[in-house]
Amino acid sequence: MARVRVQTEDFDVGRELESLTHGRTDVGGLASFVGLVRTKNDGQDIQGMTLEHYPGMTEKALEDICGQAHSRWDLLDILVIHRVGTLVPGDRIVLVSVASAHRGEAFEACEFIMDYLKTRAPFWKKEETAQGPRWVDARASDEVAAGRWKG
Amino acid sequence: MVTVLYFASLRERLGCSREQLPLPAATATVSSLVDVLRNRDGGWTEAFAPGKSWRVAVNQQMADLATPVKPGDEVAFFPPVTGG
Repeated sequence: MARVRVQTEDFDVGRELESLTHGRTDVGGLASFVGLVRTKNDGQDIQGMTLEHYPGMTEKALEDICGQAHSRWDLLDILVIHRVGTLVPGDRIVLVSVASAHRGEAFEACEFIMDYLKTRAPFWKKEETAQGPRWVDARASDEVAAGRWKG
Repeated sequence: MVTVLYFASLRERLGCSREQLPLPAATATVSSLVDVLRNRDGGWTEAFAPGKSWRVAVNQQMADLATPVKPGDEVAFFPPVTGG
């Protein structure tokens, strides 16, 4: 199973992780990634950012990515939360957490989901800098990271 | 008619987030729709010039120039994604 949420509000990491294992004893490993807004990007100080998305397609794309992870690895549960709207440095942007019987599958699937999310889910970041707002350019390194899961 | 959506920098550049467009032909594709947009004045020609890096989705699934488009479809154009 997988749960996907796109929301403006923050999330409580501890509570979200607890929700993946609560009441079950088959989970042997829970691997998680939390993405945050950092101050520096491409040599500029970031004062804040706005995350835009494509309502409807975003959820479908994330669910599709989770489905692919389930078909590649033996997983027990997946949770993906991605924030949209206005964020400032230090704010959480994204949580991906994967539960499985063994750590290897959880680690790999978590990385796979993040790599695919960064290149396939319709989110766009616009940063506020001292020089004014700018749209973040997609990075070729993200495509390379996603490409290693092919085949 | 199809619904056409524009997101992020492309939306700002074109000054348009959503419109209804008649299909250029009975058997239309993303490519034939792009030809229509490219023939508009203003920033449209430049935004959809060959070699520009934009992405397209048809009915909320990633698509490409060859993807068929039929009446009632939702077609979205946007820059490469930058979430996460």
